[in-house]
Amino acid sequence: MNDSISLGKATLGLADDQKQVYHLARDFAIKEMKPHMLEWDIQEIFPVDVLRKIGELGFGAIYCKEEFGGTGLTRLDASVIFEALASGCSSTTAYMTIHNMCAWMIDNYGSKEMKEKYISDMNSMKVLSSYCLTEPGAGSDAASLTTTANRDGDYYVINGSKSFISGGGSSDLYIVMCRTGEPGAKGISCILVEGDNPGLSFGKKEKKISWNSQPTRQVFFEDCRVPITNRLGNEGFGFNIALKGLNGGRLNISSTSLGAAQAALEEARNHILVRKQFGKRLADFQYLQFKLADMATKVAACRLMVRSAAVALQEEHPNHITICSMTKLFVTEECQKVCDDAIQLFGGYGILKDYPVQVFWRDCRVHRILEGTNEVMRMLVAKELLKE
Amino acid sequence: MSLRVLVGVKRVIDYAVKVRVKPDKTGVVTDGVKHSMNPFDEIAIEEAVRMKEKNIVKEIIAVSCGPQQCQETIRTALAMGADRGIHVEVAGKEYEAMQPFHVSKILAKLAQEEKVDIVLVGKQAIDDDCNQTGQMTAALLDWSQACFASKVEKTDGELTVTREIDGGLEVIKVKLPAVITSDLRLNEPRYATLPNIMKAKKKPMAKKTAADLGVDLTPRHEVLSVEDPPVREAGIKVETVEDLVGKLKQSGVI
Repeated sequence: MNDSISLGKATLGLADDQKQVYHLARDFAIKEMKPHMLEWDIQEIFPVDVLRKIGELGFGAIYCKEEFGGTGLTRLDASVIFEALASGCSSTTAYMTIHNMCAWMIDNYGSKEMKEKYISDMNSMKVLSSYCLTEPGAGSDAASLTTTANRDGDYYVINGSKSFISGGGSSDLYIVMCRTGEPGAKGISCILVEGDNPGLSFGKKEKKISWNSQPTRQVFFEDCRVPITNRLGNEGFGFNIALKGLNGGRLNISSTSLGAAQAALEEARNHILVRKQFGKRLADFQYLQFKLADMATKVAACRLMVRSAAVALQEEHPNHITICSMTKLFVTEECQKVCDDAIQLFGGYGILKDYPVQVFWRDCRVHRILEGTNEVMRMLVAKELLKE
Repeated sequence: MSLRVLVGVKRVIDYAVKVRVKPDKTGVVTDGVKHSMNPFDEIAIEEAVRMKEKNIVKEIIAVSCGPQQCQETIRTALAMGADRGIHVEVAGKEYEAMQPFHVSKILAKLAQEEKVDIVLVGKQAIDDDCNQTGQMTAALLDWSQACFASKVEKTDGELTVTREIDGGLEVIKVKLPAVITSDLRLNEPRYATLPNIMKAKKKPMAKKTAADLGVDLTPRHEVLSVEDPPVREAGIKVETVEDLVGKLKQSGVI
């Protein structure tokens, strides 16, 4: 695989040390993830051994402060890392982005004891984490969640259920949004529940069309008791944590889509240079040349948008929420189209599970739905545009 | 006993790149092409770092000769565990004409200046496949050499090195100071971790020129042309063994 086209674009505009970070992530992805991506997808293997290797590189808590064991890098570095890793396996990278968001929540809102206990191990992936917001009855309308956490002396007692939890049943830690107060966003608090808590149980592993290298389960809380010191931030502040976490999460998932689209583009390009029909290489047909050019242009545009949004988030630009929402909306849509086009360029081979482009296409489909559906992204952008 | 090691790391076109010959046949295309550390040099750095972890070595100096971009290669070595770097800046036409002969003089001079006990280099670079630098460096320094190492052990004041040779494996003892060249099976290099990449930024990197070291970079030979290997020609099928022998005789092969 000729890597020069990706490097010409993917490292454009990066500082020297960011290029080094990109190369590290990319080399790791090609050597340790790419050879297994198809198998992980078909066999639904959760590659904990490779996650630990990723952790050894310091990729588990990329933008957590160094003080408690985070890597201390920026949102832009994280975007570059996830883009590079996604070309090795988009599903596993998506899991990494969720895990990084959990680590960040603890790093920013957890107690000192919590940070000392968990950040370093989350960075090294010794401790795996899951994020619990969505419920059977609360998806886009997340603030209507009904999982309750009632005070009982020095404990919260949690009751309720969460759905579509990535890593559910396989994680050591769950960051759970529950209701401690009034209805609506203001009554929600964020509580950490350890995986071995007897009040936790899990549903069956969901059968999904993608994201198959991570198990997805419902998580049930039945009189699940946790000390009140497990709460992150103040009571009633949980939804703020959720929203702030989602800004980064949206960029991370966009970066994952970007890496998948880049990889699909490269595969398609290499294929049309080889495949012949009507006595010519596919690459000699103008329509396909134009199609490839459109794909590459989309990827380049998405890359600029993601990276500029990462800087806006890092600097807490006044409009960073809108910028992150626009980015998530645009990039997840466009990158899925690129993957779709890549399948078309492969012809019949595009739908065979022996070829990677179909995995990238299926994995990207999910990105248009979670971290806030693209419809919710439109709601947020419109709200900002029409403010008077 | 704590030794000091000088490791040579060369910046080469990445192994995965499809190399293309320049239309003017003076060389291969390097502009905009991905480069990385010579894989055998990665193995050399890894070995030095492992020796440091075992307290056999106390300081690792990474050296690269070439243009500005070689500093990236040195930084990778620093991120893997080298303590400091030396960039010997060679650019333009001088760089294109640089040969193992020149590099070995540079390494020999640095080895003496830095008072190291071991010089560790990859057995060959994947761009020119010369397999000369280590051997020449040892000769210039009049040091022992142990090339194609697949295992290095320290025993008292000596090194016991297992060498991969045509006939199999050869185990030799070499007195220090020594030059070692790394072969493929010596070790599996680690990935630099993010924290180490960040720490590496603070490690010192000195800059020198060949002139500073008294090394004359005048080329000793001239590359006449660089060409693609010939395109594989179609073969022909023959009916009988007699036909085959006849054809082979005709073409002068037998």
